Order: sequence, then C-alpha cells, then structure tokens
Amino acid sequence: MDGGVNLESKPRAASASAPTADEDDGPLYANRLKVYPKGVDGTFRRIKWAALIALLGIYYLLPWVRWDRGPGIPDQAVLIDMEARRAYFFFIEIWPQEIYYLAGLLILAAIGLFLATGLAGRLWCGYACPQTVWTDLFMWIERLIEGDRNQRIKLDQLPWNAAKLVKKTAKHAAWLVIAFATGGAWVMYFNDTPTLIHNAIYGNVSAPVAVFVALFTGTTYLLAGWAREQVCTYMCPWPRFQGAMLDEHSFVVTYQAWRGEPRGKRKKDEAVAGKGDCVDCGQCIAVCPTGIDIRDGQQLECINCGLCVDACNTVMAKVGLPTGLIRYDTVLNQARRAARLPAVYRLIRPRTAIYAVLLAAIGALMVYGLATRSTHDVTVQRDRSPLFVTLSDGAIRNGYTVKILNKLRQERSYMLTVFGIGAPHLQVTGQGEGEYVHFEAAPDSVATYKVYIAVPRAELKAESVPITFVLTDLAGGKAATHKSVFLGPKP
Amino acid sequence: MPTKIEKDSVTGTDTTGHEWDGVRELNTPLPTWWVYTFYATIVWAIAYYIVYPAWPGLSGYTKGIWSYSQRVEVEADIAQARAAQKGYRDRVGALSTDDIRKDPDLLAFALAGGRAAFADNCVPCHAVAGAGRIGYPSLADDDWLWGGTLAEIQRTIEVGARSGHAETRVSDMPRFGADGMLTGPQIDDLAEFVLQLSGRGDAAMAASAERGRPLYAENCAACHGDSGEGKPDVGAPRLNDQIWLYGGDKQSIVASINAARAGVMPAWAGRLDVETIKMLTVYVHSLGGGR
Repeated sequence: MDGGVNLESKPRAASASAPTADEDDGPLYANRLKVYPKGVDGTFRRIKWAALIALLGIYYLLPWVRWDRGPGIPDQAVLIDMEARRAYFFFIEIWPQEIYYLAGLLILAAIGLFLATGLAGRLWCGYACPQTVWTDLFMWIERLIEGDRNQRIKLDQLPWNAAKLVKKTAKHAAWLVIAFATGGAWVMYFNDTPTLIHNAIYGNVSAPVAVFVALFTGTTYLLAGWAREQVCTYMCPWPRFQGAMLDEHSFVVTYQAWRGEPRGKRKKDEAVAGKGDCVDCGQCIAVCPTGIDIRDGQQLECINCGLCVDACNTVMAKVGLPTGLIRYDTVLNQARRAARLPAVYRLIRPRTAIYAVLLAAIGALMVYGLATRSTHDVTVQRDRSPLFVTLSDGAIRNGYTVKILNKLRQERSYMLTVFGIGAPHLQVTGQGEGEYVHFEAAPDSVATYKVYIAVPRAELKAESVPITFVLTDLAGGKAATHKSVFLGPKP
Repeated sequence: MPTKIEKDSVTGTDTTGHEWDGVRELNTPLPTWWVYTFYATIVWAIAYYIVYPAWPGLSGYTKGIWSYSQRVEVEADIAQARAAQKGYRDRVGALSTDDIRKDPDLLAFALAGGRAAFADNCVPCHAVAGAGRIGYPSLADDDWLWGGTLAEIQRTIEVGARSGHAETRVSDMPRFGADGMLTGPQIDDLAEFVLQLSGRGDAAMAASAERGRPLYAENCAACHGDSGEGKPDVGAPRLNDQIWLYGGDKQSIVASINAARAGVMPAWAGRLDVETIKMLTVYVHSLGGGR
C-alpha cells in the first residue's frame, strides 16, 4: 500500500513484530467463543433485509417459474436436465458442447467480485454470500424464539429445564425446516418441479434426489446454524486474498479513531474535555455477526456488513453526537480526516478501470457468441487405426467418425463436403457417396456417421494434408466447419 | 515422571505433571466428539471382521457371516449381462448377416460385440481395426483374397485358411524356384512382367518383362488370370492392383515366386459360437472394404 497507510492496524499485528515475554504470545489454538449477535435497526440492516428477501426469493421461487417452449419440451424457465443433457435458461437452450458459456459466466462472476471488492470492500461477504444470507435468516429465527442477545446468553447459562428444551427444540426444528426447503429447492433446478413434488408426495423419490436433498439440508443446517462466522474466518479462502483486491481508495467499514479516541464512558454533566466521541458502549461488538471489535481496525474476520455502523449511529443519535463514528470510508480518507484534510474519492483507478473493461469485454463477447451461435454443428474424429488404407487402384483412403448436431426442433437437410484436398470421394455408410453427400437430420439430434474419404494418389502432395469438413444447411445460413487432416504415405 | 499438577499461566489449562528438561506438557484432551468417533470406528472394525471376510488362515480365510465374495458378485453380474443380451443374441443367431445389417438396433449391437470379439481374437494378426500387416491381410481395404461379401467373410471366419478344417480355404501355389520348375533368370523375367501388370514396371527392363510374358501365360494365368485380375474362388490374389500382402517390390515378388507363400488362419467355427461369428462378420464388413 502506498501513502504510508497501514491497513493492518490491529494491535496484535503490531506486537507480533516485537516479541516480548512468553506469556504475551498466548496459546496457538484458540477455543471458539460463541457469538451472540444483537438485533439492530438502521439503513444497512434494511438493505441487508432487502437483499435477503430478494436473493432467497429468487432461490426458492425460480424453479416454479414456467416458460412455454412448445410441445414435448420442458416448460421450466430454469432447468438443468442432466438426463437429456440440456440446460434451459428462459429463451436459451444450452447443449453440453456449449459448456464454455458456463465457464464464461464464472469468469464474469469472478471479475464482478473483484470489481465490487475494489470499489467497496467485501460487499459480497456482507450482503450476498449464501453463507451470510442463510446465517442471517437463521439468526433472525433464533432471535424470534430465544430472544435477543442477553436473553440468549442467559438461556445458555441456565441448567436444562422444560422451557429451555422447548425453545431449543423449536429453534432447531425451524432451522431444519428451512434447511430442508433449501435442499429441496436445489434439486428442483435439476428436475421438473411439479413432477418432482407430485412424485415425492406419493413417496417416489430417486436415490440421487434423496442424496442431494440430504446433503444440502445437512450443510445448510450445519453451516448456517452451527459453523456461522467460522466458515468465513477459517474455511473460506476469499478473506485470505481480499487484501490484494483492496487499496486505500476502497470503501470499507472503518472506525474513525481520530474522532473517537480516547474512548470512555460519559456521565451527565461530566466534563468531556479531552475525551473522544466513542462512549465505549460496546454496541458495535454486540451486533457484530463475527464477534469482533471494529475499533481494532481492518481485520480478516470483518465481512463488511455495516451492522456496527447502524448500531453506532443509533447510539450517537441518542447521546447527541454527530453520527458516522463508524462508517463506510476509505482508509486514505480516514488518515486525511485525522490530519484535518478534505476527503478525496477516486472511484476510477487503474484496477477498477481494468476490471470494468474486462467485465464489459467478456460480457459483450458472450452476448455476441450467444446471439450468433450456430444451430447446427459438425465434429470430426479421425480414425487412429488404420492411419490410411491403400486401395486397389492406388488411391489413399482415410476414415473419420463424424457427428452432426441439429439443435433445432425440426428436420433439416445438410450437405457435407471437404475442402483442402483435390478430388475427394466421400463415402458415408447408409447415406450415399460422391464429392458432396446429403444428410437428413432428425429434429434435436446428434447423429454419428462413418465417413470414408478416398483421394487419388497423385492428389496427395504431402504425408499430412490439412482439410476442413464443411456442413452446409441447404435451407441457408451459416456453414459449420471442423478442421482435420488427411494422412497418406510419403509422396 | 509425574511431578506436580499446576495451572499454566498462559492458557489457564492444567499441566499433566510431566516435565522434560523444563518443558511441561499441557493436559489438553481430545474433543469428546473426536474420541467417540474413534471408538465408533473400533466398533465398526470389529463388526466388519465378523460380517465380512477378514483374516487369512493357512488353508483359507474367515468367510464372515454374510459369506460375501466378490467372485460370486462378478459371476452374478456376468450372468445378468448375459440375460440382458439374450434377446439380441437370439435374434443375431436367428437372422442372416444381411438381415442383421438392415436392423439399425441389431447392427449397433453386432458392431459392438464384433469389435470386442475382434480385439480378443483377431487383432494379434490383423491389427487394430483390421489395418493388417505384412503377411496378414488388411481387412479395411477393397481387396479380398476369398471375397468380401458378408457370406464370403463369414465362411472365411468359420473355416479359416490352411487351418486343418475339413472345408478350409486353401490355395496351393507351386514353389517354382525351390522345386526347380523355373530357373533363376526366368523368375527374374517373370517378376519384371508382374511388376508391369500393376503399372509399376521399369522401362529399362522392358525386354526382361517381355521375356516374362509367355512364362506368365504358361505358369500363372490359370489362377491369377490373363491380366492378373485374380480369382477369389481359389484364393488367387489380384496382381494388377496396388495392394501387396507380402510386399510389392521386385525382391519380394521374386521371393514369392521362388518359394510361394502359405499364410494360415485358424478356423473359428467351434471355437466361437455362431452369434459371435456373425457379429465378427458384420464388424469386419464395416471396416471399410465390405462389398
């Protein structure tokens, strides 16, 4: 980082460079301290609720959306049909041969994540990550059943009694119901939803469906109910390298130490001279879902959710001090404010510009690819044995396995020929022979043909001649091509 | 040696009382869930010994109360696969190879079965996909010693060549040189003429080839045909094409005239069942040369 800004302002990191007595190092392994996040209201909490409702709404309801594609074709808007090897996304139908669209989508998602992080820190972690969203939902239920932070701490300290048993059972039952709905929704993306539900009601569930529902029910319950912030802190790789995505211009949740320190409790009419604005009420720690103290500075565990901002603003308003003691701010501006300099904002920086350009370029490339993709295709595999065959008249013959794809749901006529070599004679088992061969392709089909190509010895100028198979739709449109080679003896 | 148990000032945990050169050991037990999981694996292992085959003995092994055996499982799998194929195999057995070729479903089955049988039985000589090698005919080209129709191919597979089968395919070319029927120079002239038949004669040797012409008419034409077109009925190869089983250069041709050639192929009738032979026939026919 330039500008002399220290992103690692946590005291622990500072003391690590100067080892003191053994006692100060502490144990290597820390036991988990259970976090009891307190409920809070405010701008960012409302944004988080909105994101939660939108994201979970999409996840749970999308499999129910219908999309008419005509008779005999699944009418589910989003469906990955493993058995028929087709994926449907509204008006787009993807074949297994086009799986690179998925790769493109993942690349877009990764760069989008980098861009969002460069601009505003761990937006993804704080608002959109499934771990955060489901944990948020589970905590809300926990709060409904067991009460807020203090009641929950008290409940956990109580010895077991009937009331505690009822509350705990109700909480875990509610969690399991949500987890089951999550697992159920997952398999709906891979099966026709109404059929799946209908079959499940009659006890007819396939083994893969049962396994995946169990898997996602189990992981949702464990990760959102029990593991929670441990997933973010210890399991997830993203916090480990997000430091490389951030710079001093990125918006992150920051504590304005220059304004807040020295912190301390205030009593009415007490002289406040020499004291900072932080009243050390501990609300920012109480509401934190990962149980950290934001006043220690930027740290790995912080998911940038902004709940401490809401908590602090509420307290500041109550004690009559200006809000924004904890706020989204850049590390650079925090240093400038401390030095009484005006804030500087730079949204367009080399890294954000590069991410944005990459994002736009790859997105445009994918849209172009989707818009102009061919509705038929030809793939060719050369025979490996024999490499070539000498015929009685001295001609050289090569064998190829040719696959012809018709992605339309109607019959089509094609013509296959070969460019790049003189006087080729094609011979297709069951289809005819000649320099051009006609094919009739069934609707929505992949058909495999054996194609033999014979070439007079005199036309063969080299041991290996590059050739191109050209498949033309007789009704017009783009020709599909596939490159291969024609092998023969040394000329 | 245990000395005294004390509380560690850093972690607040008890020590075990063990001390080595001033290094004290903390008493940090394994997590309870871990310990119980470990016990569960021990119970699991013992149950496994009882249920499944486990311990080797001098003359066998403990069978376990379920008497599980992978061999039995494989045999059951094979029997199941055979049962699943039965409908197809029965039809392959009942129909002629021509009819098998007309049924796309049955053809796919026969090609798959034929490919497997070919790999097991034929590849050592005829090479993968019937590419052939010197002395072992290519099955992928358009030249056939004994005919390339389905019926002819099936017959050749059944009876073999010089195989000892009562009706085996056999051709008997005389050993012209070795048995003293032709002299060295005559064989040379004859080879020159044979080269000319396939359009590969050397102009400088035209006189030699001319001397070979009457020799050919007298000794060879009866089987190989007047212009070297061959005679599949008697297994006499074509000489006017570009396919040479034992090499097409002059030296190889001289060697063939001198001592003749007698390749052998086993008869497969009796070794393979009728269905397999039919599937092999269809497969070989599909390799690129079938007529």
